[in-house]
Amino acid sequence: MSTLLLETQGLGVSFGGVHAVREVDFRLERGEVRCLIGPNGAGKSTFFKMLSGQLQPSRGEIRFKGRPLRGLATHEVARLGIGIKTQVPSVFEGLDVRENLRLAAARRAQGVPDEIVAQVLAEIGLDAVAGTPVNALAHGQRQWVELGMILASRPELVLLDEPAAGMTHQEVRKTADLIGAINRHSTVVVVEHDMAFIRLIAGHITVFNQGEVLAEGSFDDIMAHAEVRAAYLGKQGETHAPGA
Amino acid sequence: MRVPVISLALGAAAVAAAILVPTVVDMFSLLSMTVYLVMALLALSLAFVWGHGGILCFGQAAFFGLGAYAWAIGAFNFGPGLAAMALAVAVPAAFAALLGYFMFYGKISDVYLGVITLAVTLILFNLMNSTSGDSYRIGQALLGGFNGIPSIPPLTLPGAAEPLSPEGTFTLAALILIAAYFGLRAVMASRFGRVVAAVRENEQRALLLGYNASLYKLAAFTLGGALGGLAGMLYANWGAFVSPGVFGLSQSAQIIIWVIVGGRGTLIGPIIACVALQAMVTQLGAQHTVDTGLVLGVILILFVLLIPRGLAPTVLDACRRVVRPAKEQA
Amino acid sequence: MDLVAIYAIDILGAIAILALLSVGLAVVFGMMKIINLAHGEFMMLGGYVAILATNQWGVPIWISMMVLAPLIVGVFGVLVEHLLVRHLYGRMIDTMLATWGLSLAVIGLATMVFGNTTVGISSPLGGITIGARQASGYTLFLIALAAGVMVALWCLLRFTDFGLRARACMQNAAMANALGMNPNGVYKMTFGLGAALSGLAGAVLAPLTGVIPTIGAAYIAKAFITVISGGSAVIAGTVSASGFFGAISQGVTFLATPVYGQVALLLAAIVLIRLLPQGITGRFFKRAI
Repeated sequence: MSTLLLETQGLGVSFGGVHAVREVDFRLERGEVRCLIGPNGAGKSTFFKMLSGQLQPSRGEIRFKGRPLRGLATHEVARLGIGIKTQVPSVFEGLDVRENLRLAAARRAQGVPDEIVAQVLAEIGLDAVAGTPVNALAHGQRQWVELGMILASRPELVLLDEPAAGMTHQEVRKTADLIGAINRHSTVVVVEHDMAFIRLIAGHITVFNQGEVLAEGSFDDIMAHAEVRAAYLGKQGETHAPGA
Repeated sequence: MRVPVISLALGAAAVAAAILVPTVVDMFSLLSMTVYLVMALLALSLAFVWGHGGILCFGQAAFFGLGAYAWAIGAFNFGPGLAAMALAVAVPAAFAALLGYFMFYGKISDVYLGVITLAVTLILFNLMNSTSGDSYRIGQALLGGFNGIPSIPPLTLPGAAEPLSPEGTFTLAALILIAAYFGLRAVMASRFGRVVAAVRENEQRALLLGYNASLYKLAAFTLGGALGGLAGMLYANWGAFVSPGVFGLSQSAQIIIWVIVGGRGTLIGPIIACVALQAMVTQLGAQHTVDTGLVLGVILILFVLLIPRGLAPTVLDACRRVVRPAKEQA
Repeated sequence: MDLVAIYAIDILGAIAILALLSVGLAVVFGMMKIINLAHGEFMMLGGYVAILATNQWGVPIWISMMVLAPLIVGVFGVLVEHLLVRHLYGRMIDTMLATWGLSLAVIGLATMVFGNTTVGISSPLGGITIGARQASGYTLFLIALAAGVMVALWCLLRFTDFGLRARACMQNAAMANALGMNPNGVYKMTFGLGAALSGLAGAVLAPLTGVIPTIGAAYIAKAFITVISGGSAVIAGTVSASGFFGAISQGVTFLATPVYGQVALLLAAIVLIRLLPQGITGRFFKRAI
């Protein structure tokens, strides 16, 4: 069985004259944790939206487990085994935490939904508020509910768009642990800005800039990469560069 | 599935009432109460589609009217029995499925749904209004234009020698309402119902989990249409008459008003509001100083501006606020 | 040859009527994104003003129809905006519901005042002979009026200060505010303009159908279908949608009966919305007004 899980060739999308994503060639191996970094407007979230079926590409191909994804509806892509945590938390606001998780758990191929829900509740540490409607929770907790839904549905490919956004230090640590838990069963791609967080997660990095892939490599490779530093890293790069 | 004792008790009490009330009430009150119950079924159908499904349907009267007309046409052509009843539910359900397909698979959003469904019922009104004359007939049934179809043969249950009596009609309407209420509660608690609720809360997230949101909305909408049609059938049978007014602006508005006043979060709120408002309309209709439409319009405006969530949720919230401090003090 | 002329006049007439009864709604919906379910009642009031002014107060019919009706209904519209709509900005569904309540209340009030019978007014224009056939002079008037209204509105939006401000507020109210414009004042005038146009339509259509408190119901379905199918551009949308639907409905009416013409309009609308969910100007003529 091929270890290549996801592949895009020449993938791009344009709105009017704006090329949000130009021509992206991207390869992802099974079991990886990959980080996507880049300045705002580089096309990372747009790229994710094409992978999850929320946006139809203007050109290029996406292949997931060898299957082309172009033309599939959002729910069809999800059924193939791709799950996403969106930039702005997207959960079932008026329903309680347990319901949110149960709806996700019902999508998993194996396992008893109620058992999965109990297990996930423990993992994300929200047992105490299981019966609370999600719209009454704090921001960090809502992010965890969404991560919990990912854990519960256990898709083969997990896309996380800024999972640590707006979190405190402690919450960030917990999020990194949850990503590790997700990675035990799924391949993960994470969009993030916080370089310390990315170092915690530890994986290969793909750098996006102006709708294209600028560079790829390990954490140290990227830190040392001249163009990347110029385009994006700036001050952060100086703190994290090898030898600093 | 665990059924709370209190629900069973209330259900049993309701069934008992359905059977016993006709024996103690005078004929006039019985006939009034029957139509209130029929309309309550209509209110229930919209409470489900809008409150639970989140589908803004301003044209629930379309299914009500189609059910009424289908019953009349079926009764004249096949006799007032099971076949006509089936038609009265199937025709509106099929129409709902078709309309729903175009709306939901066409990704038509919220506000447009309301307008389109309202437009559909008004078009049906205009259509049925223009069917006067002998050329407009379906089988044995003359459509009658704005005069409608009079003298519809009364419902005769299979195996019965005589048509259903007024007492029997009341009991039937009541039992159907009770069954629909508990049935919908069961649907709402089922896996299907929970997904419908999820689609209402966040359609995008439901899609991202792999649920075919359009299909769930279509199913909920069709179920609502079938129930609305059933109410229409009972209505046409109650009055032995149907006219294009069943599709009219006034009828469509009243259904919305029942759900708004009763509250979108519950099934029982709209039922109670429906009965209360109908009783009020009957009283108003008896006097001739103030127009009923004026009163209803003002009520709708006031509720939208001042009590947007409706009575049931507001009352329940107030009760909770009273009960919780009491509990904390105890 | 004269038969072709008759057919052409009838089709253009159907398009003109559809355009006239939709444009008031299009202004309010296109520019304020408000769904005004009392649109039919604004038309009804326009009709009553025209009839009362002419029959009871002796005002010349052209003045009652084209000046008094839009003026009075326009003022009423401003009042409605101030008392009701203003409180519900941003709440589209609540606006629909509140205007629906207004619609019911106005119909109820009109029934109390005017009763439940149709009042009529005779057409101020007679027939016109084309070859061996007769065409309605009034239809020609309606065609000219519809064209005139579209052009005047386009000029208003494109060339005047008010038009520019209205379009700015429509695009981005917060920015307009920051630039010193008062969106509230603009919204009042825009809503009033929409109401006035609806009043005008109700007035000029009165000779064709008569007026009764419930006449709004006959218009509102078609008006909404036309506006939604037209898309967000006020004039381009109204013109293209009424052209499309008017032609189809009148064409089918020729082949069959008016009832089938109505059905055809509905079916055409359903298909169009299915294919172009954003309306015609959501896909074509995107930059048009």
